[in-house]
Amino acid sequence: EEAEKRANMPAVSKGDGMRGLAVFISDIRNCKSKEAEIKRINKELANIRSKFKGDKALDGYSKKKYVCKLLFIFLLGHDIDFGHMEAVNLLSSNKYTEKQIGYLFISVLVNSNSELIRLINNAIKNDLSSRNPTFMCLALHCIANVGSREMAEAFAGEIPRILVAGDTMDSVKQSAALCLLRLYKTSPDLVLMGEWTSRVVHLLNDQHMGVVTAAISLITCLSQKNPDEFKTCVSLAVSRLSRIVSSASTDLQDYTYYFVPAPWLSCKLLRLLQCYPPPEDGAVKGRLVECLETILNKAQEPPKSKKVQHSNAKNAILFEAISLIIHYDSEPNLLVRACNQLGQFLQHRETNLRYLALESMCTLASSEFSHEAVKTHIETVINALKTERDVSVRQRAADLLYAMCDRSNAKQIVAEMLSYLETADYSIREEMVLKVAILAEKYAVDYSWYVDTILNLIRIAGDYVSEEVWYRVIQIVINRDDVQGYAAKTVFEALQAPACHENMVKVGGYILGEFGNLIAGDPRSSPLVQFNLLHSKFHLCSVPTRALLLSAYIKFINLFPETKSTIQEVLRSDSQIRNSDVELQQRAVEYLKLSSIASTDVLATVLEEMPPFPERESSILAKLKKKKGPGAVSVNELEEGKREGGELNGGGERGGDSSSTPSPSADLLGLRAGPPVTAAAPSAGSLLVDVFSEAVKQPSPTAFLRLFVCKNNGVLFENQLLQIGIKSEYRQNLGRMYLFYGNKTSVQFVTFTTTVTCPGELQSHILHIHTWNSLEPLIEGGAQVQQVINIECLTDFSDAPLLNIKFRYGGALQNLTLKLPVTINKFFQPTEMASHDFFQRWKQLSLPQQEAQKIFKANHAMDTEVLKAKLLGLGMALLENVDPNPENFVCAGVIQTKAQQVGSLLRLEPNAQAQMYRLTVRSSKDTVSKRLCELLAEQF
Amino acid sequence: MQFMLLFSRQGKLRLQKWYVPLSDKEKKKITRELVQTVLARKPKMCSFLEWRDLKIVYKRYASLYFCCAIEDQDNELITLEIIHRYVELLDKYFGSVCELDIIFNFEKAYFILDEFLLGGEAQETSKKNVLKAIEQADLLQEVSTQSVTSEHLCKCIATPQ
Repeated sequence: EEAEKRANMPAVSKGDGMRGLAVFISDIRNCKSKEAEIKRINKELANIRSKFKGDKALDGYSKKKYVCKLLFIFLLGHDIDFGHMEAVNLLSSNKYTEKQIGYLFISVLVNSNSELIRLINNAIKNDLSSRNPTFMCLALHCIANVGSREMAEAFAGEIPRILVAGDTMDSVKQSAALCLLRLYKTSPDLVLMGEWTSRVVHLLNDQHMGVVTAAISLITCLSQKNPDEFKTCVSLAVSRLSRIVSSASTDLQDYTYYFVPAPWLSCKLLRLLQCYPPPEDGAVKGRLVECLETILNKAQEPPKSKKVQHSNAKNAILFEAISLIIHYDSEPNLLVRACNQLGQFLQHRETNLRYLALESMCTLASSEFSHEAVKTHIETVINALKTERDVSVRQRAADLLYAMCDRSNAKQIVAEMLSYLETADYSIREEMVLKVAILAEKYAVDYSWYVDTILNLIRIAGDYVSEEVWYRVIQIVINRDDVQGYAAKTVFEALQAPACHENMVKVGGYILGEFGNLIAGDPRSSPLVQFNLLHSKFHLCSVPTRALLLSAYIKFINLFPETKSTIQEVLRSDSQIRNSDVELQQRAVEYLKLSSIASTDVLATVLEEMPPFPERESSILAKLKKKKGPGAVSVNELEEGKREGGELNGGGERGGDSSSTPSPSADLLGLRAGPPVTAAAPSAGSLLVDVFSEAVKQPSPTAFLRLFVCKNNGVLFENQLLQIGIKSEYRQNLGRMYLFYGNKTSVQFVTFTTTVTCPGELQSHILHIHTWNSLEPLIEGGAQVQQVINIECLTDFSDAPLLNIKFRYGGALQNLTLKLPVTINKFFQPTEMASHDFFQRWKQLSLPQQEAQKIFKANHAMDTEVLKAKLLGLGMALLENVDPNPENFVCAGVIQTKAQQVGSLLRLEPNAQAQMYRLTVRSSKDTVSKRLCELLAEQF
Repeated sequence: MQFMLLFSRQGKLRLQKWYVPLSDKEKKKITRELVQTVLARKPKMCSFLEWRDLKIVYKRYASLYFCCAIEDQDNELITLEIIHRYVELLDKYFGSVCELDIIFNFEKAYFILDEFLLGGEAQETSKKNVLKAIEQADLLQEVSTQSVTSEHLCKCIATPQ
């Protein structure tokens, strides 16, 4: 190899060679060990340091050489902590190469030393105003490479001027455009296009293709952020594209790449158009559709060259065009043509094309126009899953199968995915398991198929079956009585395997504990056989599974009295009742006691079959979204699960459960109190809800109000005579409040009247429409009456309505005025959003008056669960994984009033050490921010 | 594009260009991880892979791997041709470029890249125009180095084609 032959001598150096540098690089390459290299480098560093510190002034050439050596050392991976000043000196050299090396060093080794930055910026400023295009370009390259905020502050104002000035050289314009793009990406607030917008857009018309190529990247980025201001670019982009697409392969001279005219620019133009909806102007749209058709046609033409560069460039444009067609999702004809084209690529000999075709088809599968066309390729895709040698291609095939799955092909696809799982790469198994579980549930017509599928999943890839998956199968079996017998039979059979996965034992234990009776008639699965089967697995299982099995055993005692003595025997054994694990020991003791002292009736009540789970979004889907980010799931699912909001870059990490999909409590019997919930639902038995025993004392009427900010139900007031309970519900801008008046005495209350008033301007903010079942003026001793109040929120408000109660008790007039706990937050509609959206909106609400902030001492223990419950009770959506600091809480919601909707964002930052909170609220309306902040500051 | 890395079959980094702000530590971690991942791949495998939330596009030329990280919406195939065009530029400039040219003239490799890509976007895709810019710079330095030591001058071998 030529490279090896030349290995020990300096390569021929172009331009101005630096002999010393070449020798040094040679030396490094000749080092036999890492130690030798470090030694040589340290020697060189000492040498350079002494040169820089020496009395003799170094000439430009030496300075350049040493700076270049330092750069080389740094790029080798060693730290460099000096030489910056010498590099900065080079910037003001009038020799081009010295300047160039200076800039390169600065670009690679930016230093935040402010004195240096001032000097660097000065040098850049000089070069920018030098009118020497090569110097100007060097300076612009440096700004683009560093892209720091300081540079944006210094130059963001100047560069747009350079970009659009009539006398700027083309090459400088190109650098200026991309330099500005880089600054815009790091400091969008500092790059203000304003007056330049239209001239920048018109760079799309520039004669110089290079200028267009550079400028379009800037325009695309700006369009994404300010689509309206830049929308004139659409028609310009279409006509530019049209000219390129229709040009002969030689027309564009050096911008033709392997017989493809301007592939980079074409791709960028198509990309820009994806920032906008289809053009409204019929002529523009017609022209664009023509372009897209031409691109699709060209794909069918024989290649003009056999070189892969030719086909890559051509197909790059084709894929970008298909992306645009999918983005528009409105031209059935183009969508189907795109799909057919991709179908051809599915069998192409180039792996790259097969990969991209699979990827692109995934998005086509979610369009109603092309879903069916995609489905026709199912056999090819299944084949790809089986035969592709590259795991990344197989992954794409699995993704596509998932995307094209519907009721008609679910059984086939699930079967293929299951069989693929047996050999699938470890890296993608968990995701595959989730996908199979989702498809099986989503497209299950008969649930026995669903149960079979999940049990197969556990059998094939038990280690990758997460809690969500096996919780879900249990939820579904419990909620559908038509499948319970089948499930019991199937798990019983599955447990026969000598080595079965622990997840199978969990599912088996739970299901037999609930529905073992459904198969107990068969002597082969009699109660005792079932029990012995489960118990044979017990000793191989982990503690949580054993705990679950113990619960299954007590359920058995209820289902099958004949197993009682056997099971009691097991529970009584030392290994259970004296188990060193507290949870197991407690269960054994309690279950043993329960089984011996409770009557059959009590036992039957306590151990009753689990009630159906509330229907909710599959937590598996949420998990997949979490794993893959929002792009991973089809449009439909995103619609269905909008509230979830995927998070980007969540891959790999297993976050906590999303708040909207709590996992079932680990205690499957539900014997223990559930996890802390939001507003406690009133128990059905008593009308007077005594949720808050702390409130039964005698706080002032307003203090009661405070208790209801995050809760809707409870005791509003109580003294020796009267207790007032409250239940309320809110939807949109409407609310309904139930008031319960309880006479605590044995004497009747007479002339009992209540009035609700909205004092002052509150009248125009809240309208209480109607009071139902006007009360009887009489409440017997010990009795309770109910009143309903309808509330409508007209616009935001701060004060609370007043409730006045008058009655006579033993001749004495009682007169009482309370504030009704109607606060503005009751009209919140929670808004789920991803981190990106949250911060974007946060920034949009940046007017000083839109923000209210309070810093206050904690009044209660700073318990995360309690805080979460309170914030949820507030009515906003509690957003997980949004704030970079996991200790903080952020919420989002929209207050629904009749007049308007007020979007609000909240951030609560606890400081456990100081026992303080900082609360920040931003709303589109200043009064709302202020009020929310006041209300909430009293809550924690 | 977020960054471009050139490394050898032995995993030695030959050029690194970052278009997003990252700490040195992160850069080293990313480099280590990617070099390992890419070198582990077999020759016939596809040139694209998902990595974190980015797409990696890579291609091997002789002993060197060229590896770019692009964002979700970026075009893989055109990135592959970005790599190829850069190789062509190096080739034209050095005259059948080899790894050693890039080692000994690393600064030139950076200069050429800056003329071609800026801020992670294609600035000038015409081969002629990019080389013209570099050659002009080389000419500038020849003129300005006329007066320097004789040792230096005789090392100054280049008149690019």
